Amino acid sequence: MSFILLVEQVLNGLQFGIMLFLMAAGLTLIFGVMGLINLAHGSLYMIGAFAAAAVAGYTGSFVLALAAALAAAAIVGAIVELVVIRRLYDKDHLDQVLATFALILIFSEGTRWLFGSFPLFLDIPDYLSGPVTLPGGIQYPLYRLFLIVVGLLIAIGLGALITKTRIGIQIRAGENDREMIAALGIDISRLYTLVFALGAGLAGIAGALVGAIQSVQVGMGEPVLILAFVVIVIGGIGSMKGALIGAILVGLTDTLGGIFLPELLKLFTDPATATSIGSSLASMAIYILMGAILIWRPTGLFGARS
Amino acid sequence: MIAERYLNAAILAIFFIVPAWALWANEPFTITLMTRAAIFALAAVGLNIALGLGGLVSLGHAVFFGIGGYAMGILAFHAQTVTPLMEWPFVIEGTKSMPVIWLTAIVLSALAALLIGHLSMRTSGVYFIMITLAFGQMFFFFSISWSAYGGEDGLSIWVRNDFPGLNTLQPIQFYGLCLAILCAVLWFTHRLARSPFGLALNAARQVPQRVETVGLNPTRLKLVAFVISGAITGLAGALFADLNRFVSPTMFSWQMSGEIMVFIIIGGVARLFGPVAGALVFVGLEHFLGGLSDYWLVYLGLLLLLIVLFGRGGVIGIVSGREKAHG
Amino acid sequence: MKLKSLMIAAMAAAVALPASAIAETKVGMITTLSGGGAGLGIDVRDGFLLAIKQSGRDDIEVIVEDDQRKPDVAVQLADKMVQAEQVDVLTGIIWSNLAMAVVPSVTAQGKFYLSPNAGPSALAGAGCHPNYFNVAWQNDNLHEAAGAYANSAGYSKSFILAPNYPAGQDALTGYKRFFEGELAGEIYTTLGQTDYAAEIAQIRASDADSVFFFLPGGMGIAFLKQYQDSGIDIPVVGPAFSFDQGILQAVGDAALGVVNTSQWSKDIDNPTNAAFVESFEAEYGRLPSLYASQGFDTANLLISALETADVSDADAFRDALRAADFNSTRGDFEFGPNHHPIQTIYAREVIKEGDVFTNKLIGPALENHADAYAGDCQM
Repeated sequence: MSFILLVEQVLNGLQFGIMLFLMAAGLTLIFGVMGLINLAHGSLYMIGAFAAAAVAGYTGSFVLALAAALAAAAIVGAIVELVVIRRLYDKDHLDQVLATFALILIFSEGTRWLFGSFPLFLDIPDYLSGPVTLPGGIQYPLYRLFLIVVGLLIAIGLGALITKTRIGIQIRAGENDREMIAALGIDISRLYTLVFALGAGLAGIAGALVGAIQSVQVGMGEPVLILAFVVIVIGGIGSMKGALIGAILVGLTDTLGGIFLPELLKLFTDPATATSIGSSLASMAIYILMGAILIWRPTGLFGARS
Repeated sequence: MIAERYLNAAILAIFFIVPAWALWANEPFTITLMTRAAIFALAAVGLNIALGLGGLVSLGHAVFFGIGGYAMGILAFHAQTVTPLMEWPFVIEGTKSMPVIWLTAIVLSALAALLIGHLSMRTSGVYFIMITLAFGQMFFFFSISWSAYGGEDGLSIWVRNDFPGLNTLQPIQFYGLCLAILCAVLWFTHRLARSPFGLALNAARQVPQRVETVGLNPTRLKLVAFVISGAITGLAGALFADLNRFVSPTMFSWQMSGEIMVFIIIGGVARLFGPVAGALVFVGLEHFLGGLSDYWLVYLGLLLLLIVLFGRGGVIGIVSGREKAHG
Repeated sequence: MKLKSLMIAAMAAAVALPASAIAETKVGMITTLSGGGAGLGIDVRDGFLLAIKQSGRDDIEVIVEDDQRKPDVAVQLADKMVQAEQVDVLTGIIWSNLAMAVVPSVTAQGKFYLSPNAGPSALAGAGCHPNYFNVAWQNDNLHEAAGAYANSAGYSKSFILAPNYPAGQDALTGYKRFFEGELAGEIYTTLGQTDYAAEIAQIRASDADSVFFFLPGGMGIAFLKQYQDSGIDIPVVGPAFSFDQGILQAVGDAALGVVNTSQWSKDIDNPTNAAFVESFEAEYGRLPSLYASQGFDTANLLISALETADVSDADAFRDALRAADFNSTRGDFEFGPNHHPIQTIYAREVIKEGDVFTNKLIGPALENHADAYAGDCQM
């Protein structure tokens, strides 16, 4: 295992983690402010990717495609919040899980009905494609670097939004004391719609960014959704810092586990068995990580102690 | 409003009348559908003990469903290929006997529930939902790559297993078996809810502090409920595998956990017959809507949404009002 | 699905001149029409129904049902087909795990099963059955051909990868069975994985001169796009599944020039194929895929057998199927002793025709190839 390969894999893990953060940030925000478990977050990711693919196919512009992804997911998010989600805030987690599970069914089959069953095409624009050479002679895809940078910028922007702006103060107030904020005369239902649309927009942008290097198809959101849940549970639900650290932890574990576990097992057993068992363990690694962290700290790394 | 008692009787009556009609009209497939409904109902009755009585929202009950399924698959596979299951420290042979398989399924899923429950109950609320989901995913990925027993291809069993004195290949006889188990478990659940244990559990769910002051440990009460719940769902898994003569990792998938939960919600949480009504409605919808449109899942989603938003207490709640069967 | 089958019957009746329905043959098609992977099932169905329509027969009723890619649903539908609809022949299943759940039990009940896609090794070897016919391929075939092609292209060091599940393990085994060079690396990925950065980094770090991968569906799209973007120029070989008509448009430029192995291509030069491609495009407004051709061939095999024997006479019908006396889109077609095809598998190259990505034949990779399991089959 050369040093160059190791650096490249760490970058890969980082990039994966940052994209997970975009998903997890919305989830944790929505849970923190409204106390809602949103299983349909993966559908918003899918909607972003489909909107981007449709607009990119029509206009050929990647920037417009990203804007469309953000807008489409945020608008759908706002509508869903107004029609369905706001009726769920007072209900228990069970009802929330079920109602948003129902939304997944509706969105997935509805998208298939609109766009058909075949995957759509969405590609990296020319100016972002191909590899670049990093210091130390490491060849790395430019687009993945772009993802890391964009993701970090969004994370910083989100941090500034929450700590510096008026709306951020309202969000933090909403997390701490929901009754108080209403008593202060802030339109709480407008704030909720805004937070939900913000989370949805982040998911939509993640869908479009990732869709360009993966595939845009129905059902693409659910695997990411489960990983994003793992992230926020590890980080502590409602904690933005936890979401960022959890996302990077999961990204690195998943990427590095897939390489090192088989190599590690090869020291003890024959290569074929090591490859097969190592790969199985690697696919379970993040769930084992999550289980272990929850047993150690039942409310995640940065979760509020009850 | 119809009293819940009469509604329950009517639901149970469907399980007798429809198959009797199917037998008379020579529609064996209807019996197969009813068997499916009865097994799903059993799985959901199991989950309802944890969810309705214990207040434990487990999104990982597919683990027990799958363990039951694989208990059947592995034992029958070794009987089918005439190879021993293990030779050391002592020889265990495969078997095609249903009672042995059921017992194995119950014991193994109870053990798994004990372990998972013990670890998961350190957390609560959303964290509990998510950690049970994580355990489900662990089992799912493990079963996909467990090539000795077919991995993702699963295990196919040529012939249904045996029960002394019955020809289980006859759809109506296998159905009778499943229905008898469902009725027995419903009776057991009914008694359980009214037993001192059930009452204490109910209290532990609502006001854990009060239970503690009388010297009971609410976590332990819930853990026992979780183990019983897992064991019943495991038994349902073994029956489901026998109905299909097939097991595969999809039995471990998180969508399976979701579906078992959907049965309860459609029917009504914490009601004795809620899961039964829910499973019946679900299988009916799957059959009739699935025949009408390729996009039937949209309609299922809409229906679910309406029930969660407006139909408090599921189908049973809509028909018979908010009076609860338990407690 | 009553509505659909009525429609098909009506369609067939409209074409037939003497509209006198005699003894009907009922065909049950269980395939994936909703959820992930629905594109494959839709193509098999469309190809199959096109052939039935073209035959002008009004005595074949096709009942189509959707298995949602769930094994338990497929088993339930098979029970329904056998118990309620009393079909004579079943077909349609796309995925090996679903086929393993359904085929053994329906053939044991005396029904015929014609596979338009899945060919798990268990059903080709020890688990073969006289009533089971595979019209597509044994699962290993296309991977074996990829190994053979890699030899002829002069590759001596391959990096190979596939998801960690039975079909993935079979794929790598199939490739290694024919590839004579050595391996630069062998990786099993997680099923459903869509980010291949880690694997691509390992490929870059290896000294491979070729890459073989089997990643069906969205996994393959993701891999190819990321591989192209990584700037690695080691040539890629794969089975047709990741380069077929249905998904090529979603892969885009990343697939251009990639060599893949297939038993069918739209430019195989024979009149049946030319007519098939033309009529499929006219009927459905899109180019046919590998899966559509398999559905089409399956239906024509069935029709050819019905012409010489009645399905109620199982022995005669089985002999008629075994004779495989029909015009295949692949040219010559014959069954081996285990009722799996002996066929030529070609190497194709991905090209762009106008705006549409498609495949062009290069030449045969393996001629008259039978599968490795036929010897284990006793029937």
